[in-house]
Amino acid sequence: MKPYEIKKGIYWVGVVDWNVRTFHGHTYTTKRGTTYNAYLIIDDKITLVDTVYGPFADEMLEKIAHIVPAEKIDYIIANHVETDHSGALPALMRRCPGAKVFGTEKCRDGLYKNYYGKWEFKTVKTGDTLSLGRRSLSFIEAPMIHWPDSMFTYCPQEKLLLPNDAFGQHYATSERFDDEVDNSILMEEATKYYANILWPLGSVIARKIEEVKKLNIPIDMIAPSHGIIWRKDPFKIIDAYVQWAGNTTKEKVAVVYETMWGATEKMARRMAEGIIDAGVGVTLFDVNLSDRTEIISEMLDTKGFLFGSSTHDNDMLPGMAGFLEFLKGLKAKNRIASAFGSYGWGGGATQEIEKVLLESGIAVTQPPLSVKYMPDENELTRCYEFGTAFAQAVKKGGSDGSR
Amino acid sequence: MDKYRCEVCNYVYDPALGDPDSGVPAGTPFEKLPDDWVCPVCGADKSQFVKEG
Ligand SMILES: Cc1cc2nc3c(=O)[nH]c(=O)nc-3n(C[C@H](O)[C@H](O)[C@H](O)COP(=O)(O)O)c2cc1C
Ligand SMILES: [Fe+2]
Ligand SMILES: [Fe+2]
Repeated sequence: MKPYEIKKGIYWVGVVDWNVRTFHGHTYTTKRGTTYNAYLIIDDKITLVDTVYGPFADEMLEKIAHIVPAEKIDYIIANHVETDHSGALPALMRRCPGAKVFGTEKCRDGLYKNYYGKWEFKTVKTGDTLSLGRRSLSFIEAPMIHWPDSMFTYCPQEKLLLPNDAFGQHYATSERFDDEVDNSILMEEATKYYANILWPLGSVIARKIEEVKKLNIPIDMIAPSHGIIWRKDPFKIIDAYVQWAGNTTKEKVAVVYETMWGATEKMARRMAEGIIDAGVGVTLFDVNLSDRTEIISEMLDTKGFLFGSSTHDNDMLPGMAGFLEFLKGLKAKNRIASAFGSYGWGGGATQEIEKVLLESGIAVTQPPLSVKYMPDENELTRCYEFGTAFAQAVKKGGSDGSR
Repeated sequence: MDKYRCEVCNYVYDPALGDPDSGVPAGTPFEKLPDDWVCPVCGADKSQFVKEG
């Protein structure tokens, strides 16, 4: 495959990973695969921005060889330590041992702790620039977007921002640009990526976007390290990030539950009816049948969460516990929630759910609803009213103590 | 009151703002933060913070 010229003299030399189906171990499902994007800049100094995941090193080197022998590479910009972008470095450095690597101080330490390579490394900070000849690169440290070592690279002559993992999507395609693909799929994958990876870092992201806007640098292309490059409308994704980072929510509810014999599910379905009749949208997820990555994605702009579980050994069920543990790490702000579930004798699931919600900083707006064994018609009516009351709280914007 | 910076992620603890999300009111000096307080951005503990300036 020929390398792809994204701007005159700047080539995409990344790879498409069509078949990867889980990412970051098993924390993220990638039903559409992903790409690892690396960019080669041909100038007086031949410069490679980021690499690819280690198993694809040869494929990247082949793409580079179409343009220039890898031995000619002078500079390598390492925006991020993580192995999906640095994994090909050891193979690359064997081909061009004299190349200089540039990155943040934490990137230097992190690369060493991953590969133990003795490479010439030059530490850069925000505001530093590197001349390539006709072009230059400037660097913006971006700690915790999404690792301590992360950094953005910017090329002023090309109005090109290379923000690595920020603004990415796990989306394998033969096309490279936003105007060449179905934008509803593109935004679905960008949303999923933000929700599952960047959600807890919203305040850092909001500050960084402000900082970059104040620099007043023209940007006509954003080329992230995964997925599609934004050129038609780079501000579409920046604006989406501002919304998400600001915890802007819609008046809707996600009902996530786990059930053994269907009692808690009956409750969930009747609650959903109450929510719908109150004029609020709802999505129902059996936590074990649904894909967690997609549930989290749906929850990103959802104001209200209802969590249901029957009691099992005095506790909530394990699928729900795992789900809530993941959610806790996302530090969702400006949300409201409540718990429900069926039990047989002592109960305990709803209390355990509320405990995790408290630890997560998610406000509980109404007392839990528990039903012994199968709900009867009266109890189902209470479920319906529980849903209606929760929908009202969502409409009020959860002004009762949520943050 | 001194500001403190997290050496892991560069978050700055500003006593004037506190850390309301973790229940720390504005006006709390760094020294008075509970021992189990962690960086609200990256989760590093207090020992990772250095005085700014
Ligand atoms: C999405 C994501 C979040 C992470 N969060 C943390 C964190 O909060 N604290 C930390 O010390 N390391 C964090 N890490 C870094 C991993 O713990 C580190 O890469 C580790 O070496 C992975 O080990 P493994 O290969 O056994 O999974 C995170 C990594 C990823 C991909
Ligand atoms: Fe990453
Ligand atoms: Fe990545």
